[in-house]
Amino acid sequence: MNLQNLMVDFIRQATANVFSTMLGVELDTGEAFIENGTPEANDGVVSFIGLAGAWAGTGSVSCSPALACRICSVMLMMESTGVDEDVLDAVAELTNMIVGSVKNDLEPHLGTLGLSLPTVVFGRNFRTKSAGTTEWTVVRFRWEADVLVVKLCLSPSEKTHANCHMMGQTCALEV
Amino acid sequence: MESDILVVDDSAAIRKILQRVLRQTGMAIRAIHEAGDGQEALELLKKQAVNLVLTDINMPKMDGIQLLAALKGSPLWRNIPVVMVTTEGGETKVGEAVRLGAAGYVRKPFTADQIKEKLAGILEPAVPV
Repeated sequence: MNLQNLMVDFIRQATANVFSTMLGVELDTGEAFIENGTPEANDGVVSFIGLAGAWAGTGSVSCSPALACRICSVMLMMESTGVDEDVLDAVAELTNMIVGSVKNDLEPHLGTLGLSLPTVVFGRNFRTKSAGTTEWTVVRFRWEADVLVVKLCLSPSEKTHANCHMMGQTCALEV
Repeated sequence: MESDILVVDDSAAIRKILQRVLRQTGMAIRAIHEAGDGQEALELLKKQAVNLVLTDINMPKMDGIQLLAALKGSPLWRNIPVVMVTTEGGETKVGEAVRLGAAGYVRKPFTADQIKEKLAGILEPAVPV
């Protein structure tokens, strides 16, 4: 199985598990695809977490303001009608759990990875770009009429990748 | 005996969820205190005695591993049981927490039953069985 298929499987498992455990919601399987180049403009809430180690990259979760409020309402059992600190914090924690679980699942394949603290952005018509990376593994989930997008981009840290080839090993990128 | 519990997590959402879950466990709880990072937890402990600490690992300023090390290195606080509640599942950080003397580990996402199971034997039930 190649790395992209692994990432799709792990994103699906982690997202389904987090939603089922923390929100009591069963998500659909999620439509997976690869996104190249600059992503489309965003409207809503996007939460990012950095991954670092032998492989480095970014994981993100994005959704509409309405879905962010719905997530917060169910997760914290409180009424949320507008994107406030509670809503942003709930989405950040959701991202932490999803990307953290994917990281744990990837570690046996890619080596130890570190996780940064999440950063959440809320706004209209903004674009995001991860330096040096153009390819994202994307899984788009539906929760009734709402859409939640989980993305992951990972590439080998340069020295580790070079060392891997010098030692004649097959690196995970090529499995 | 009713217990005082300290919940340490930089996420206010997780602190709120743990407050709710802890109240549902049926344990004899007097108060649940909150801190947003390890430093804040240590400051609070100077003023408030607690019977249990639940802490995240990845936090700003002082992380959960540093907090655990500080507690286990202090004659005043070394006997307080510390349970790690974290997304970290890797051998490195969890193994380090166990070596430092963590009383348990719960991986996020968690259910109320997982928290209850982990705390059984650490805290007393509200009604003696």
